[in-house]
Amino acid sequence: MNTLVQGYEVVIGFETHAQLSTQSKIFSRAPTAFGAEPNTQACAVDLALPGTLPVMNLGAVERAIEFGLAVGAQIAPRSVFARKNYFYPDLPKGYQISQYEIPVVQGGAVEFYLDGERKSVRLVRAHLEEDAGKSLHQDFVGQSGIDLNRAGTPLLEIVTEPDMRSSAEAVAYARELHKIVTWIGICDGNMQEGSFRCDANVSVRKPGAALGTRREIKNLNSFKFMLAAMDYEIRWQIEQLEDGRRIEQATVLFNPDTGETRAMRSKEDAADYRYFPDPDLPPLLIAPQWVEQVRSQMSELPRVMAQRFVSAYGLPEYDAAMLTQSKAVAAYFEATTRACASPKLASNWIMGEVSRRLNTGEIGIERSPVAAAQLGALIARIADGTVSNSAARQVFDALWSGEGSAVDPLIEAKGLKQMNDSGALEAIVDGVIGANPDNVAQFRAGKDRAFNALVGQVMKASRGKANPQQVNDLLRSKLA
Amino acid sequence: MDSPKDLHDLSVTELQQQFVARKASALEAAQHFLRRARDFDALGAFVEIREDVTLAQARASDQRRAGGSAGALEGIPMAHKDIFVTRDFSSTAGSRMLAGYRSPFDATVVARLAAQGVVTLGKLSCDEFAMGSSNEHCAIAPLGHDRPQPVRNPWDRSRIPGGSSGGSAAAVAARLAPAATGTDTGGSIRQPASFCGITGIKPTYGRASRYGMVAFASSLDQAGVMARTAQDCALLLSTLCGPDPERDSTSLDRAAEDYTRALDDTVSGLRIGVPAEFFGAGLEPDVRAAVDGALKEYQRLGATLVPISLPRTELSIPVYYIIAPAEASSNLSRFDGVKFGYRAAEYGDLIDMYKKTRAQGFGDEPKRRVMIGAYVLSHGYYDAYYLQAQKIRRMIAEDFQQAFRQCDLIAGPVAPSVAWKIGERSDDPVANYLADIYTLPASLAGLPGMSLPAGLGAGGMPVGLQLIGNYYREGQLLNAAHCLQQATDFHIAKPAGI
Repeated sequence: MNTLVQGYEVVIGFETHAQLSTQSKIFSRAPTAFGAEPNTQACAVDLALPGTLPVMNLGAVERAIEFGLAVGAQIAPRSVFARKNYFYPDLPKGYQISQYEIPVVQGGAVEFYLDGERKSVRLVRAHLEEDAGKSLHQDFVGQSGIDLNRAGTPLLEIVTEPDMRSSAEAVAYARELHKIVTWIGICDGNMQEGSFRCDANVSVRKPGAALGTRREIKNLNSFKFMLAAMDYEIRWQIEQLEDGRRIEQATVLFNPDTGETRAMRSKEDAADYRYFPDPDLPPLLIAPQWVEQVRSQMSELPRVMAQRFVSAYGLPEYDAAMLTQSKAVAAYFEATTRACASPKLASNWIMGEVSRRLNTGEIGIERSPVAAAQLGALIARIADGTVSNSAARQVFDALWSGEGSAVDPLIEAKGLKQMNDSGALEAIVDGVIGANPDNVAQFRAGKDRAFNALVGQVMKASRGKANPQQVNDLLRSKLA
Repeated sequence: MDSPKDLHDLSVTELQQQFVARKASALEAAQHFLRRARDFDALGAFVEIREDVTLAQARASDQRRAGGSAGALEGIPMAHKDIFVTRDFSSTAGSRMLAGYRSPFDATVVARLAAQGVVTLGKLSCDEFAMGSSNEHCAIAPLGHDRPQPVRNPWDRSRIPGGSSGGSAAAVAARLAPAATGTDTGGSIRQPASFCGITGIKPTYGRASRYGMVAFASSLDQAGVMARTAQDCALLLSTLCGPDPERDSTSLDRAAEDYTRALDDTVSGLRIGVPAEFFGAGLEPDVRAAVDGALKEYQRLGATLVPISLPRTELSIPVYYIIAPAEASSNLSRFDGVKFGYRAAEYGDLIDMYKKTRAQGFGDEPKRRVMIGAYVLSHGYYDAYYLQAQKIRRMIAEDFQQAFRQCDLIAGPVAPSVAWKIGERSDDPVANYLADIYTLPASLAGLPGMSLPAGLGAGGMPVGLQLIGNYYREGQLLNAAHCLQQATDFHIAKPAGI
């Protein structure tokens, strides 16, 4: 399905910089922790002092391998580090060490659901590189400060094919990628701290036409801004074309305050980076045994786990995908299911009641006031007919607010046990039929709504304890 | 009969014996050589000495010996080419860009020697960023001078000592130090060793750590030693070499060796390859005569001369002068005035600061190479120059492997001529580049190479014999050189007035 915008097809490709979760930098032994005083986490190598040389951090390579395996990519047995040469004050060596012609991760795909539809975005590559430092323009009058703490922080740059056809799809891709890197633990995913930054290459074209000229929106560090930036950019490009102007290739920045994108440099001043293989680093050789060792140490991947949820628990694919949004959700689901043996009910509750409440309270599932074991115990009582769904919701409220912690005593104390005594229920049903002759007459005249009113009356008279199915059956047989 | 030799006439090995026998102390040696450094400051070999630092090191050395914990090179005074960074001395790389720069760490090579007891006499002049073959391009005023000076050849002070390790070669030849470190990118140990009549060796690429060497061309730079005998070189190289995996990724994962062990092995039966391309029209007759004489001596010692061919010898010049400047242009980018080193006093915006800093901080030769390097790496030129050069570089290395099927080591001249007059070629960089023809092939292939004295040529100037070995065969080179030095006294010859 293509989502055309004013008759234009949108084409989006992503480049994402994921900061790898190593303790030390990619080519030095300085620590990578965020938020330290400026220049306290930069060693001689990071400062590019004369005579210093880079030495590869194998932890960064291992994380790249993990990523490659997670997205079904090729792990290059031999990849090459190159120098990207340019002058900037926060680039201490005057070049960035990156991978250019031969990256460590080649191919692969990221799969996700968008409005119930399965999408797959192909990856071109993922390569290892070092981050630059930071220029501090605000802290000094008439001068800029340089903080090299971030210089040499390991990054994995993940590049897609231009496979995405809407801003919503691109955001869904970014969310899925974020999920993968945090799931396998190679990146902390903290977008405010810049651990996961996206560049979106956006172009538009008439369906069937050749690819339009793209503009690259740099450094999108929240999903919200990402969507706004792309939507603005798409509208802007279409406007240009509709007005008969041409799109010039450019790098643009999104300003969250104005909601607009603005060009920072055009292609004319594009630097010649004079890439060449870094003679200080031999080619990175990854033996198959290394890949296998990393594979054997990896936890179950989200898509593998989702397949298992389908086959082992009989969940619909959509449920399985939702429940594997994060390791914590998946773990919560599995623990709940262990306690109630009703996977689909558990899934409904987690995707419904639980997630609604978590979202409202802006809390993560790992800090949910209702533990998986409690939810499981509650669902078990729904499954065995002890409580109705609506009664269960009252119990859930009580668990959530901390009014009680054990499910059965709460059901008891609130008198929410379903009325399974058919004699007592029959008495109530007879009473309701007797007291509502109008409704009875209407139902007999063919109005279904009148029947629902009678069910409601019975439920009310039983103070919610009646089993709705039983009430239905009884009413229908008595009115037949 | 023999009067006892002055300390400065002793080889490293002899000096060591004096120390062990307590006939001399490290302190006496250090004082003696520091005095000579000042007495001969007209040569311009030293760029910095720090008497307090050196004497403190010497005293500590004597204490270690007295305490029974002497290292393998305990008390041996050495000076370092100023391309190695040092904690206790300035580290300038011969450039205004780094005038007065003090490194927070010692180069691995410096640290390894110090760990075995070497006492540092000071830092030695070199061509700026090790770029040059005459040592006329050091931007730092040497000891006893107010302004930059070319280093003078102790055999004839109107001549260059060679380069870029010219300060090292001149200091060793003038007996201002029994030995010195040097670095060789395209011949920078071998050529000045040849021009100054001393012995110098560059090991296999990756054998000595590059950590702490101010980088010129990373895929070629290699540290080595310069002394008066092959035996001394063997002793020092055994300490200098060894893996440094924590600091230098190109350092070879191969344990250090004792190169002195096989020094006395016979050369009888040794097959010495003589490449036809090293004896072409460009070779001066006086150099040829001296080299031929040394080769005849090897024959007399039982070695066989095998004619071989290194067909791409001439190509090594363009290949080298593409690859080395390409790497240099990138390596020198860190000198931008932001973090350390020279910054222009006055400038407008950021770009202006870069431009003025680099225009004022670099001399002509680094500028020339940065420009060549940036050009050959540029979009659209990369394939035609850099990539092509890398391909030919591999072929040159293969040519050597072909040759080593016929011979054990390769011998030839180091340079087409003896040392030239100061200023004679300073306005002709290409002539200087062409004179590197015999040293570049081994550099490009990453092979070990050395130069040892082979007699005197025109003007009574020394001529060196170059030996090139296969990978890791430093021991074999030193053995062959030692045998020649046992049989001849080319290496004993001493400049007049020294």
